[in-house]
Amino acid sequence: MTAATVLSGLLAVEVPYWASAIIKVGIIALVVPTAALVLGYVFLLKMMSFMQSRLGPMEAGPYGTLQLLADGLKFIQKEDIFPAKADRTVFALAPLVVLVSTFLIYVVIPTGPDAVVAQLDVGIFYALAVSSLSVVGILMAGWASANKYALMGGLRAAGQLIAYELPLVLAVMGVVIQAGTLDLQKIVTAQAEGEIFGWGGIGNPFILTQFVGFFIFLVAVQAETTQPPFDMPVAESEIVGGYQVEYTGFRFLFFFMGEFGTAFAFAALAAVLFLGGWALPWGDLTHWGFNIAGPVIMLVKVLAVAALIFWFRFTYPRLREDQLQRLAWKFLIPLSLVNIVVTGIFKVVL
Amino acid sequence: MIAEHVAFGIIAAVMVASALRVVTTRDIMHAALYLVIVLAGVAALFLLVGAEFTGITQVLIYIGAVIVLFLFGIMLTRTDFDQDEETDHKRKFPAILTALLLLAVMIGALVDRFEDVKLDANLPGGQTPQTTAQVSDELFSQYIVPFEAVSVLLLAALIGAIVIARREEGG
Repeated sequence: MTAATVLSGLLAVEVPYWASAIIKVGIIALVVPTAALVLGYVFLLKMMSFMQSRLGPMEAGPYGTLQLLADGLKFIQKEDIFPAKADRTVFALAPLVVLVSTFLIYVVIPTGPDAVVAQLDVGIFYALAVSSLSVVGILMAGWASANKYALMGGLRAAGQLIAYELPLVLAVMGVVIQAGTLDLQKIVTAQAEGEIFGWGGIGNPFILTQFVGFFIFLVAVQAETTQPPFDMPVAESEIVGGYQVEYTGFRFLFFFMGEFGTAFAFAALAAVLFLGGWALPWGDLTHWGFNIAGPVIMLVKVLAVAALIFWFRFTYPRLREDQLQRLAWKFLIPLSLVNIVVTGIFKVVL
Repeated sequence: MIAEHVAFGIIAAVMVASALRVVTTRDIMHAALYLVIVLAGVAALFLLVGAEFTGITQVLIYIGAVIVLFLFGIMLTRTDFDQDEETDHKRKFPAILTALLLLAVMIGALVDRFEDVKLDANLPGGQTPQTTAQVSDELFSQYIVPFEAVSVLLLAALIGAIVIARREEGG
């Protein structure tokens, strides 16, 4: 029951295994840059501009919609520069590691009863595991650039990503306990078919019971994607871009796509875990039509979560390193542990 | 089964080659990064035999946390980007001998136990070999005592590490 099923349904042909594998890779390869472009345009260019009482890009395409495409083309044309003392192989591989980590998250995100690349029994666990791979790429970039600002950025990134990995995983635990599964599809179904004290009018989206988890998840996501106010690793006014400082052209573009692609993926995970994912609480969930409607419903929810993430991003000033570490270790982690215990007690009692 | 055999051969070959590079490369950063490939290979092998949960835990713990701490430590303590002569250890041959002995013991133990055992790849009803629910059920019933023992051990290690770090800070 995967994307291939949808496709064979649409075209009324049997799709062989190798072809479905290629199609899946193709879909992911299309979705990630599109997601990065959408987030970049809607929020980074337009929402930030409006919040600052300016128009943002208006010239490239209607309302500046093609601005990021133009920027992307510009990046691709640029010279591929390696610093003289850089560790060339590691320097070249680092952005790819970050991007591959982003691509791998998309594999398990469901957008319909059959519209998912791979439905895994360990779905959410897998997504969190592969998202942690990007740290390796960031550390590789920080080291291989042979630049002290890059090194400092890499160190800051590692310290931050390790610290916020824990609340991220622990915040999800509450949802997993409540749904009784790690499978993202079953988490969606659990919410759509759930009931609030016997009333099933709007299902039971986990944001109602797991609002603490939702809050911790969003803060941790903000830190994991190194967005302001958690942008110490790339703080341009202190360490001129951190681990990205020596990167130009398409390699820099990879980092950009990794950052926004990961932000989109995490927003999608938040939508699945807390907002009911692709499903609506009405109607037959196994109906084939949800494969068409699902992605649209999903996109609306993802954009709503992303709006929250970027709203924080444009509102709060950067945290100092000690404030940042204290927030993670002394506030978010204990809070998420309490959340797990309380959820566990309610699960047993109710 | 042929596809699995081919995949196993490729993964195993890559792992052995990377493992050799871990100990032969002069650059300690490269050694750590080759270790990433070896550990990713282990995860791939777990996935190949259907142990999804174990394979993904391998990625989360070893690559996502342990290796990151290795890299973090290397970056904090080293400042030269050039090749490091110190990694060429004086006690190279005793180390090789110890490693070979360990290898012999492990091969002996594995062959002794699993010589005649054949794993059945086709489970009845086409179910996956090992689901997460099964793992946790066994962990918290049959293996609860070893599980708790490991927790206490880890807690002791954690407290020990904090005590050592604190003492250095004070003195």
